[in-house]
Amino acid sequence: MSGPVRPVVSRDNAYFFEGTRARELRIQKCKACGVLRHPPGPACPECGAFDRGFVLAQGEGTVFSYLVHHAPKVPGKELPLVIALVDLDEGVRMVAEVTGPVEIGDRLRVGWNVIDDELTLPIWTKVDR
Amino acid sequence: MSARTLSGKAAIAGIGATEFSKESGRSELQLSVEAVRHALVDCGLTPADVDGLVTFTMDSSSEIAIARELGIPELRFFSRINYGGGAGCATVQQAAMAVATGVADVVVAYRGFNERSGDRFGQVSAWAAAQVNTNGLDNAWTYPLGLSTPAATVAMQARRYMHEYGATSADFGRVAVADRRHAATNPAAFFHGKPITLEDHQASRMIADPLHLLDCCQESDGAVAIVVVSAERARDLAQKPAFITAAAQGSGRDQFVMTSYYRDDIGIPEMGVVGRELWRQSGLTPADMPMAILYDHFTPYVLMQLEELGFCGRGEAKDFIADGAIEIGGRLPINTHGGQLGEAYIHGMNGITEAVRQVRGTSVNPVADVENILVTAGTGVPTSGLVLSA
Repeated sequence: MSGPVRPVVSRDNAYFFEGTRARELRIQKCKACGVLRHPPGPACPECGAFDRGFVLAQGEGTVFSYLVHHAPKVPGKELPLVIALVDLDEGVRMVAEVTGPVEIGDRLRVGWNVIDDELTLPIWTKVDR
Repeated sequence: MSARTLSGKAAIAGIGATEFSKESGRSELQLSVEAVRHALVDCGLTPADVDGLVTFTMDSSSEIAIARELGIPELRFFSRINYGGGAGCATVQQAAMAVATGVADVVVAYRGFNERSGDRFGQVSAWAAAQVNTNGLDNAWTYPLGLSTPAATVAMQARRYMHEYGATSADFGRVAVADRRHAATNPAAFFHGKPITLEDHQASRMIADPLHLLDCCQESDGAVAIVVVSAERARDLAQKPAFITAAAQGSGRDQFVMTSYYRDDIGIPEMGVVGRELWRQSGLTPADMPMAILYDHFTPYVLMQLEELGFCGRGEAKDFIADGAIEIGGRLPINTHGGQLGEAYIHGMNGITEAVRQVRGTSVNPVADVENILVTAGTGVPTSGLVLSA
């Protein structure tokens, strides 16, 4: 099969990939205490509630760390591949595929990597300041 | 208080291994059976004496398959530990707890694989992202984006560590140089007779920038087995016992497998959990360790471990290792067998057997007066550690 490794989707993370299909970057939000959380889960570690929803991220953030993958080959990706940790302006951190070279502290904006009808992945691009 | 401690109640009596290669030419089950046989012969026990077996969740050979091949009649204890190489020292902890409580009398911990000629851990393990369990769900945040090899997951932490503390690739390289120096004089090491220089390290190709090829451990075929009995029984067996003075597991806050990226500090605080528990159980301190076996699948983690275990302060490991301190003759030699970069990658179990050899005085690279020795298991994952004593 060509294309990237596909995510396992369950009740606990489906909202995220439903969001990317709609070109929305969704962050889990506890409806009881309001805390934002990524990666998500069924129970709020802050207040214990199982009552979760999501908010839409603005889609910008700052590089916390990154690497450049040279080897071995990765399914569905061209090498070298830049992967970063991006601290979203909303306060959560995500692993981010990036379109080109970055440094720690760079600003990134999200875009969309449409794989097929079922799967769209976020892909981030450096924003010139 | 003393009644509730594991310290000193069990010992490693026997050790065994196959040769370490890139192509074993036989099944993973056969490798493990051979290693267990060697370990039993080492201490003068037989398969009929064994009533417990422990291995890694990842191991492909079940306890009952090992028992069948060896003719072990009945098992009273069998257990597995999760989280890849983090299981290493914890298999010995399981065995020690079993013999200390009388649940079993002779427990063998084993790990065997064709990790080079078979399923290579250095490649993208797509199965890990396809697991329908919470580990598979965790990997949904990384694998589809292309973050899908151990080296890459470590590179993310290494880059931040360099940024925070000013460590350089050359600092990481000093770990590889030390390991390969020790492997060069170890006939069992794959890289026997093949030391490297820091220039070799710097010139090796990039795998996951900032990690070069020589920052990454080998992929290896082989098996290791370790026999654990009570301290009393160990004194009556063929070899000098390596007493288990401390044995700990550790998982940190907001823990993931190789991708604990969502805490403020993306280091390895789980090893701090292990370290604090080892020092508590043993009543010892880092200053009491004449040497250490530090899990070295990737060089940056050795620096981070020195800090988490209390050998130096946060960010100070690059200075701690700068003057050959971690080589034979230095103030804290590490990985005298050559480590997983130099001897072989047997998921850390070959490090435990080297610690036993140092306690016995039979290492090919002996360190003087090893009364106590620290051993750690896989980093970046929920992990474990041991303090063994003469």
